[in-house]
Amino acid sequence: MIKLSRYVLYDILRSRIIIAYTLFLLIVSCSMFQMEENSSKALLSLLNIVLIVLPLVSLVFTTIHYYNSYEFIELMSSQPMSRTRILMSEYTGVSIALLSAFFIGVGIPVLIYMPDETGFALLFAGAALTLVFTSLAFFASVRARDKARGIGFALLLWFYFALIYDGLVLLILFSFSDYPLEKLTLVLSALNPIDLGRIFIILKMDISALMGYTGALYKDFFGSGTGVLFTGGIMLVWIVVPLWLAVKKFKHKDL
Amino acid sequence: MISIEHISKKFRKLQALDNINAGFEPGQVVSLVGPNGSGKTTLIKCILGMVRPDRGDILVNGHSVQQQHGYRKQIGYMPQIGRYPDNMKIRQLFEMLYTLRQDEAENTDRELIRDFELENIFEKPMRTLSGGTRQKVSAALAFLFNPPILILDEPTAGLDPLAAEILKAKMMKEKKKDKLILITSHILSDLDELTSHIMYMQDGKQIFFKDLDAVREDTGEIKLGRAIARIMKGDGPGNAWNGRMFSVITGDKII
Repeated sequence: MIKLSRYVLYDILRSRIIIAYTLFLLIVSCSMFQMEENSSKALLSLLNIVLIVLPLVSLVFTTIHYYNSYEFIELMSSQPMSRTRILMSEYTGVSIALLSAFFIGVGIPVLIYMPDETGFALLFAGAALTLVFTSLAFFASVRARDKARGIGFALLLWFYFALIYDGLVLLILFSFSDYPLEKLTLVLSALNPIDLGRIFIILKMDISALMGYTGALYKDFFGSGTGVLFTGGIMLVWIVVPLWLAVKKFKHKDL
Repeated sequence: MISIEHISKKFRKLQALDNINAGFEPGQVVSLVGPNGSGKTTLIKCILGMVRPDRGDILVNGHSVQQQHGYRKQIGYMPQIGRYPDNMKIRQLFEMLYTLRQDEAENTDRELIRDFELENIFEKPMRTLSGGTRQKVSAALAFLFNPPILILDEPTAGLDPLAAEILKAKMMKEKKKDKLILITSHILSDLDELTSHIMYMQDGKQIFFKDLDAVREDTGEIKLGRAIARIMKGDGPGNAWNGRMFSVITGDKII
């Protein structure tokens, strides 16, 4: 599998998109840290970019890559290789490319300007989100019949997780504001990897003190070792389940 | 060697394959002939496991191909349109296959690489190649691991006359080694000297599967192209001919 993903990776790294993405992240992170006096504030701005841009790029890039390498996948499936191995190698290749872009673009500036617990939390959440959305993109592209539908489906997923979901949560919170909802919000946050990432990082920052009772509950939960395990576990579920569904579908697909 | 047992495949409303039944043996050169969209490529893809048939089974050397991949070591496949990772050089493509199929790397057949003079353009990235050159690469890949079964989908379409002759000579040579060669082609004059059997398909149905002499005798034409043209037009020498031609069967195996 490693052999095959090496070639997938090589092909991706040769295209300029991933290089442009790396540079974009690098420029954004460096300028954030340069402009803000307080590096904690810079990290907060960076956080918002990471939470919006990272999932979007992961989804779109992966979907386009999948369709562009469709003929390659076809060639590989005429070779003595199992479908599982082909898809997993594609996944490995794409995620390594996106992860390296993230670690070079965001990781290096964070390590230079803010190598503390919050910084590492950002790197952890960013890496996890990259993997989650790559996995979701594979799910979308394997399911969709053509490129337009695949990208449409991927964008819909992004809209849902980045924008619509928060609206729904707010709606629920307002409608049931008479009831104690702390536990519920905790569950709701697990249903959206972006929210989970956001909460995980914000609670490492000082501003979490401003979040009131729910914030205190969150801090109690996410601040502990259990919280880290919980976040890691949920993220892992978000990575494994869509990928597993994608492989399952891919094995029975007509190429 | 390959036995196709009552294969049916439906793409939504389109019946791509309708109860195909045939057996191919070593030493045969089988031409799959039929109008566009008659299911030739789908049949080939079923044999390669790229398309999963709705009903029926395909056995290669006595083993079902469903959810298997090892049997593809036995098959060299040249697709109709070969597309490869854009940024990969020709040399890397071959190297990749050597690495991926390391255990077979000793017994390779690099004759076509030499005859097509691919080594002169080994450092060219795949995206810069013309359609014909890609065809050459595809052909060289199909023969590379010396497989006992060769499946060539429109092998000479897009090749210049010189390259087409080289490929035909190669096929002749492999035929003498008692290999099974399966070809689809519209350029019927190309197949004249090679073919030993003809399978004619229309609308996903197998109209007949006979050896070449039988077809010539039935149509009264020496040239394969004209014989097939007669069948396509549906006018044979009289009704008796039609009766004989179309009463044959799904189910007879020519060995």
